[in-house]
Amino acid sequence: MLLYRRHVGVVVPTDDVLVAGLRTGDEETFACLLNGWSGSMLRLARSFVSTTASAEEVVQDTWLAVFEGIGRFEGRSSLRTWVYRILVNIARKRATREQRTVPWTSLVPDHVPTVDPQRFRGPGDQYPGGWRAFPDRWPTTESEVLAHEVRSTVAAAVESLPIRQQVVLTLRDIDGYGAEDVCALLEISMVNQRVLLHRARATVRGRLERYFTGVDA
Amino acid sequence: MTCEELVELVTAYLDGALDPETEQRFVEHLELCDGCEIYVEQIRRTAAEVGQVEPEDLSAETRDRLLEAFRSFPR
Ligand SMILES: [Zn+2]
Repeated sequence: MLLYRRHVGVVVPTDDVLVAGLRTGDEETFACLLNGWSGSMLRLARSFVSTTASAEEVVQDTWLAVFEGIGRFEGRSSLRTWVYRILVNIARKRATREQRTVPWTSLVPDHVPTVDPQRFRGPGDQYPGGWRAFPDRWPTTESEVLAHEVRSTVAAAVESLPIRQQVVLTLRDIDGYGAEDVCALLEISMVNQRVLLHRARATVRGRLERYFTGVDA
Repeated sequence: MTCEELVELVTAYLDGALDPETEQRFVEHLELCDGCEIYVEQIRRTAAEVGQVEPEDLSAETRDRLLEAFRSFPR
């Protein structure tokens, strides 16, 4: 089930306001964070542990640890990064208990083309490696109906990605983290981060292309 | 740089992570090739569309439990 809770134009309070809200027990502040961050947190947790139920518990334990530790938060990182780090620590411990310690790095597919090689000219051609036919341009999505369909298409495509690609894509393109932050959080190399992100984007682009052009490429 | 090579470097390019020489070849190719220009634009658009999607949410039970835990947390 995919939910769209990100309302365009909603102003997220600053860290100072959020931290103060958490410390004083302001329910509106917590509900806002729960709505805004839980999806990403769940996805992040799911990349370490074996089941969705287990991932929910990781998210739950993370928030409990946040309630416990918010008094000691010093603001050296953003609040969200601080919370995500707590989550990764809890998730790693749990993964060890579940004996599911799959190293992130071992699963990165490399040297597999992200675009179907059939779309490029072969070695005997005058322009080897050039497009056989250019990709079709996509329409803009000014109508609400179309925009909604595009969003559903993208959401379904993201859900279908391998979990590690989902996590990197979520952190980069939904949460807006930079490459270095993602590497630090997940303890992966720059190259692995980029391979995961690029494969994820290329796959989602392929789904959008199919949606826009109706071509089963 | 061929089109087939360029499409694999788009994310590195957008992150400013290509070495200067490769970046120059990338940019030069892009200026001359409509197909790759379209492709790069579509990857940008894809990243922007992904940014509009909210991932799956917590179950209602977990959510309620957490709201209750927050309410009753000793301060
Ligand atoms: Zn090209």
